[in-house]
Amino acid sequence: MPSTRDIRRRIKSIKNTAQITKAMQMVASAKMRKAQQAALAGRPYAALMNEVLAAAVAGAGAGGFRHALTETRTGERRAVIVISTDKGLCGALNTNLLREAARFDKDTTVFICAGRKAAQWAGRLKRELAAEFTYKDNPQFADARAISKFAQQLFLEGKVDRVDALYTNFINTLSQRAETRQLLPVGAIKAVDAGLEGEGLGRDLGAASREYLFEPVPADLLGNLLPHYLNYQVFQFLQEAKASEHSARMVAMKNATDNAKQLVKDLTLEYNKIRQASITKELLEITSAAMAMG
Amino acid sequence: MATLKLEIVTPEAKVYSEDVDMVTLPGVEGLLGIYPLHVPLMTQVAAGEVIAKKAGQELFLAVGEGFAEVSQERVAILTDMAIKADDIDEARAEEAKKRAEARLQEKLSDEEAATVQSALLHSLTQLSVKRRRRV
Repeated sequence: MPSTRDIRRRIKSIKNTAQITKAMQMVASAKMRKAQQAALAGRPYAALMNEVLAAAVAGAGAGGFRHALTETRTGERRAVIVISTDKGLCGALNTNLLREAARFDKDTTVFICAGRKAAQWAGRLKRELAAEFTYKDNPQFADARAISKFAQQLFLEGKVDRVDALYTNFINTLSQRAETRQLLPVGAIKAVDAGLEGEGLGRDLGAASREYLFEPVPADLLGNLLPHYLNYQVFQFLQEAKASEHSARMVAMKNATDNAKQLVKDLTLEYNKIRQASITKELLEITSAAMAMG
Repeated sequence: MATLKLEIVTPEAKVYSEDVDMVTLPGVEGLLGIYPLHVPLMTQVAAGEVIAKKAGQELFLAVGEGFAEVSQERVAILTDMAIKADDIDEARAEEAKKRAEARLQEKLSDEEAATVQSALLHSLTQLSVKRRRRV
């Protein structure tokens, strides 16, 4: 049986841990609110951009023009942008994400990693790592631009035949799902996928029914619009990933705090039992001694 | 009379969404004045000034680079910055401009330079719109 001092010590240390996890939970929930708002605020923009792009691609396609970024090739080589977190302590988030990542064919896939966890994973499993990027707690557009530019370059130089993005889609505070989205070649433009509850996911924006005038000519307009679209997509993914990360961390930390509290409760009970037992024992000794003397 | 729905959206927010009578916007190939029932048009927007005319009143907005989609009943402008002339803080824009110019003197990576350049463009646009519209 452990001594009362051991139990007291354990209770104290668990209480300290609980305090830390509680603090982390608070921080995560504040960050989560911010990240969710950012993802929400970007929705009208993303929606409108997809509409504009769908119309532009259709309009330009009607004129017999195809942009290099929309070119479909038959090759097998692909690049995957894996967007993970930098830090752990966020439940099964990265595990789920990297399980998806492990499904890609090892020999034909190169990985572009954003976030330290993904890079570590690629190193550990000896996957081919094309580049590693970092992004901050509130993702900047410049971060996304760097990643997307790199991916576009790989594609345009013919080193890969398609580019996908693997990220954690934010559904709500309690659930996030690892998802793979095709980035390049730009195919059918899907409706905005920023839906906080996942609504309207992947609705096809069909060919525009209108005929558009273009200014400047479609080639130039599309040449500017397509890279911007891709940059923005990556930006959106980063934001989703961040919102997911903070939500997952908050939930994980809340569970940890609850567990710690339960443990403290159990240990306190144990402690009191032992204390009670030793008092009873002492009393018994004293009374029996007194009786023997009498 | 028919009206146009003008929507101006940035990654941060939907800045403006109202029915107006006429819109003037800065296309890359020159200013465009758009009335309702305009032919569908897709254009790239240069940094500059958007004028929304509504019931005889004019509203001025500073916008950054972006894209615009015009249909018969709607003008949608996608841009990285949009701010109403009345909301522009001249002192702050001036300060931002100075800061950006100072940073351009330093050695910057391509990415950083692009970010600073666009920040500089934003503050310059804001300043020019604000100054032109001062009564």
